[in-house]
Amino acid sequence: MLYYLMQPIVSVTGLTKQFANLTAVQDLSFSVQEGDVYGFLGQNGAGKSTTIRMLLSLIKPSQGQIRIFGKDLQTHRNEILAQVGAVIEKPDVYKYLSAYENLKLFARLSGVKVTETRLMDQLNQVGLLHRAKDTVKTFSQGMKQRLGIAIALVHDPKLIILDEPTNGLDPQGIADIRNLILHLSRDLKKTVIVSSHLLSEIEQVATRVLIIDKGKKIIEGNALELFDPSQTIVELQTFDNAAALTKLQHSQWQKNLQPQRDAAILVKLDRKEIAQLHRDLVAMDIALESLQPRHSLEDYFLQVTSGNQHVDTYTN
Amino acid sequence: MWTLIQIELFKIFRRPRTYIAFAAITGLIGIIQFGLKLDGDSYVDFMMRDITSSITVEGKILNGYQVCYIVLQILLVHVPLLIALVAADMISGEANMGTLRIMLTKPISRTRFLLAKFMATVAYTLLLLVWLAVMALFVNMLIFGTDDLFLLKSQYVVLLKENDIFWRYVWAFGFAALAMTTVASLGFFFSLFAENSIGPIVATMSVIIFFTILSTLNIPVFNKVKPFLFTTHMIGWKEFFDIKVNEANEAIVGSIQNPQKIMQSALVLVLHIIGFVTASILVFRKKDILS
Repeated sequence: MLYYLMQPIVSVTGLTKQFANLTAVQDLSFSVQEGDVYGFLGQNGAGKSTTIRMLLSLIKPSQGQIRIFGKDLQTHRNEILAQVGAVIEKPDVYKYLSAYENLKLFARLSGVKVTETRLMDQLNQVGLLHRAKDTVKTFSQGMKQRLGIAIALVHDPKLIILDEPTNGLDPQGIADIRNLILHLSRDLKKTVIVSSHLLSEIEQVATRVLIIDKGKKIIEGNALELFDPSQTIVELQTFDNAAALTKLQHSQWQKNLQPQRDAAILVKLDRKEIAQLHRDLVAMDIALESLQPRHSLEDYFLQVTSGNQHVDTYTN
Repeated sequence: MWTLIQIELFKIFRRPRTYIAFAAITGLIGIIQFGLKLDGDSYVDFMMRDITSSITVEGKILNGYQVCYIVLQILLVHVPLLIALVAADMISGEANMGTLRIMLTKPISRTRFLLAKFMATVAYTLLLLVWLAVMALFVNMLIFGTDDLFLLKSQYVVLLKENDIFWRYVWAFGFAALAMTTVASLGFFFSLFAENSIGPIVATMSVIIFFTILSTLNIPVFNKVKPFLFTTHMIGWKEFFDIKVNEANEAIVGSIQNPQKIMQSALVLVLHIIGFVTASILVFRKKDILS
């Protein structure tokens, strides 16, 4: 335990991946501590999957170093992967085999000898016991995803890497995955790296967050501290947004206006000022259709990933 | 390693596609057996039409050994396609299913993973050849009985005594297994470069067809490359049925006309296998898994 207190479980330094003329990941550095649920956030094509594949040695980095459990991934690959479980994007398994056969096969590949009871127990945990002997081709996407997770966990890994685990799932499936991540972290004390392009997924489970865009780190830090909770952005919809915007630009709120998105007017302010804003809008005779505080981290995420701006590493 | 090979064999034999080749061989040989059983005499008459005036043949020409030779001549040209169906799918099929990336996140070195897959492909190839032997040799021996083997070559006639044939077939099937393993290693190599099996299967067959045409074309400019083409040596199994003769032009039982040629062909095939597998490992170890 002392070892892990001293060193992060995952330490990535100067990671770069170049595909011909495309730089998918550029000089990326981050670290994951034991027990973290590490949210890896970025829009589609930001370089999340490439980074995760490099963490799993599926893709060779062009530059940089990856250390997991304090060991170099390049030189201790098998030793490290024996303690890692992963679900990468779609939960692809052998469709012509049953859930039980798939689980048994991957357990053997992971180098562990597991009894039938243990395999069945694992399937039971992901709610597939009643379909254990059915071929996977008859499974829904959600069931395949649960089987994929059972496969990732069958050898009791210390580190679990989930790349876009909720892709293609219905709301119930998404909630199940969220609960599972929380269970892995809180009850089983596993370290989890989870990537997503959806902030809403990450913010509900992550203890730390890394946001990347165009292969570069935008920010890394504690999820709760990534934004100032006293600040928020409100989205205004009026019956005449152009006229309302002109009035606001000539008011005391001019300095609070944010770049517009989807035709809505965005005002950044202290939460305590919302009531005053409302009073001023009425005073300016702006016919308000709706006034909605937006989640500031979501706004931040959208702002930094679409604005192509790079922020220095956030440190606690 | 053994666990990996077991897993690969398990996967191969749980796939319905695997059995297409076994069914195809059974069906094709069945049709040939049916045709020859029904109208074999006409076939023999046609075969012997040019030499009946100069040679008198006693005994049963259309016996199990004869039918087996006919079957091998026809089928060994097409078996590569059946081999390619599985070999060219070994990596590309996994990439297509998305299972390759899951497999490679497990604590197994890429070289061991690849070698296990190749071993399983070889096992499949050998089993297919064993099945071919059962259907083409043993079943025909049961249906048509056994007798001397009469072979018409372009310049001469070979007559092998009944008790001097079986061992030749054993070696011929062994050699055919080597030739088919070469095809398997080629298909396996191509399977690294695609994410579905159609491309590697077509590429494998295209190379075989192209090289076979070069091997058979009797144009001087191609003669220099022929010895280096594996297709030139794939028909080396026929050499086991060429027999030495003594000064009285009598066949020497248990002899092979040109064993050195067989050894040379086997060596070329083995070198090709080593080459394709080594190239596969080198490519695969550096390959980024993007599927």
